[in-house]
Amino acid sequence: MSPLTDVREIMRRDQVWSFLKDEQKPVDVSHDVILYVEGLNLSFDGFKALNDLNLYVNDGELRCLIGANGAGKTTLMDVITGKTTPDSGSVYFGQSINLLQHDEADIAQLGIGRKFQKPTVFEAHSVFDNLELSLKQQKSVIPMLFARLTPTEIDRIDEVLNVIGLKEQCFMQAGALSHGQKQWLEIGMLLVAEPRLLLIDEPVAGMTAQETERTAELLTSLAGERTVIVVEHDMEFVRSIARTVTVLHQGSVLAEGTMDQVQNNPDVIEVYLGEAP
Amino acid sequence: MNQLMRFSRLHGDSKVAPFVAILVILTLLASMGNLLMPEDSAFYVSTYTITLLGKYLCYAMLALAVDVIWGYCGILSLGHGAFFALGGYAMGMYLMRQIGDRGVYGNPELPDFMVFLNWTELPWFWQGMDQFWFAMLMVLLVPGILAFVFGWLAFRSRVTGVYLSIMTQALTYALLLAFFRNEMGFGGNNGLTDFKDILGFDLQADTTRVTLFAITALLLAVILVVSHKILQSRMGKVIVAIRDGESRARFIGYRTERFKVWLFVYSALIAGIAGALYVPQVGIINPGEFSPLNSIEMVIWVAVGGRGTLIGAIVGALLVNFAKTKFTAIMPDGWLFALGALFVFVTLYLPQGLMGLYQKMVNKRRSGGGDNDARPADDKVDTAPAIKGGDA
Repeated sequence: MSPLTDVREIMRRDQVWSFLKDEQKPVDVSHDVILYVEGLNLSFDGFKALNDLNLYVNDGELRCLIGANGAGKTTLMDVITGKTTPDSGSVYFGQSINLLQHDEADIAQLGIGRKFQKPTVFEAHSVFDNLELSLKQQKSVIPMLFARLTPTEIDRIDEVLNVIGLKEQCFMQAGALSHGQKQWLEIGMLLVAEPRLLLIDEPVAGMTAQETERTAELLTSLAGERTVIVVEHDMEFVRSIARTVTVLHQGSVLAEGTMDQVQNNPDVIEVYLGEAP
Repeated sequence: MNQLMRFSRLHGDSKVAPFVAILVILTLLASMGNLLMPEDSAFYVSTYTITLLGKYLCYAMLALAVDVIWGYCGILSLGHGAFFALGGYAMGMYLMRQIGDRGVYGNPELPDFMVFLNWTELPWFWQGMDQFWFAMLMVLLVPGILAFVFGWLAFRSRVTGVYLSIMTQALTYALLLAFFRNEMGFGGNNGLTDFKDILGFDLQADTTRVTLFAITALLLAVILVVSHKILQSRMGKVIVAIRDGESRARFIGYRTERFKVWLFVYSALIAGIAGALYVPQVGIINPGEFSPLNSIEMVIWVAVGGRGTLIGAIVGALLVNFAKTKFTAIMPDGWLFALGALFVFVTLYLPQGLMGLYQKMVNKRRSGGGDNDARPADDKVDTAPAIKGGDA
């Protein structure tokens, strides 16, 4: 190779130098599994919230988590999103990313979005601003100070507004929305960030039957492209969306399978009804 | 595109520009009234009034600093007097060094109180303070670094709410006690005073006083505009988002503690500048400025004007201090009671402060004025600032 070709290779104008590229590595899902939760233990003052919990979620799956109060559903989400550190166990996002080494903000940037049980939106901001803040972008102080709304971003927000059906309320204050609309807005805030994995805690609590139906449609349409984990108490709703259901009980997995399998599982029946029939 | 226009309308609707215009015009009029009018003219503004106005404007700047973090980020600092006083002390040290051998003891190097304490040489932290640029750097650096260290420790440990308020209160109280000590080298109980001139200009001269007043007004306007721009940027939106849902912001991917720290530092810098402008106009800085009571008063100014509005903070500081001047002249002992009553009244009946009241009146006039042909979509846009309590 002559020096000239070397120089040309270095000065190529159709690509940037490798060290200038974003370091963000995409999630490695070469084995089809996006989330590995293994041997998770966590106790609060002697109470075992998570007890040797193992859970594997495939890429593009829509998984429902059910279980009685205190079964550890929300705690599991806390651990995955970095809010709580477990006593032992491992949580991997794809093949290579150890989630236990990252904090909440990092995990969100990696592409894991979380909806809280109680709808939480930024009440003083308009619906549009809520989505603008949630966009996938550089989220440190200085870039945010000089950020301008780009046409691509407007299009992206517009798209999500259509999906969550809040186009009309675009410039309304989020605090003035109804309960169900806030739930949707929160889901929209997750969507606009283009996450790989969505953790959704009780999406239909306090929704009317019609709203519930629309939420079910929305969530099923998301699966495939993204992975969705839903925690829900409403069995009708779970039945309407779920392909695979995982039942948690006292901090570990009790049963896993389709809704019918789970409902006929003697262990599940025992836990839910008190004794085996 | 239509949407974009509505968007810009919602966010571009601001009262900052007219407010700055009014501020500049009044400053000009007051300055000319002092310098150009003969003393017996009806338009003559006394030098005493000019200095008083300058002092009010320093307080207004300080209120702005409190509003930036309290109104927009929900961080209730009850220790902002500390940053104000530190900025003031830095300026005071410069002014002390300018006295030179004109002091009572005539020592060209040491300020009077050091001679009195039998000190023979200048402590290390007084070195370089005779340089104006260095002193001004310290006006920014000392409050800024203190705010950074304090904020970093507090916000990283996720201390919020009333605990943070108590800690800021403790911070300013600790500094109060420290500065009272003679051994600290800041003049102890008496503080720094008896200043002669600044940059070679006589501090007692009318022109110097008017210039200081005008500089204060100008800087206040600049800081108001800059703060407004910062809070309107996407970073400002994140800050309001942190106020309303910190954990949500964190789970979206924002390192909320960093935003809080930098906003806290920014606010401390404003307070420091306000202190530095305050000292040459008032002519003294003593540890009393660190008193927690002062810091609480600042919060009341902001509450009266309306928090989260910037302009409200300025208006509140001006009005409350004007009332204080008048009230303490008539009934010196009653002022604290009046202030307490004012705070209770504002909290109960004017939770959005004067700016909220103003906004409510504007909205009422607008909706009562037979403006029925407005499209419903526009109404939605118009109500948004009202709920916010008067978006500045």
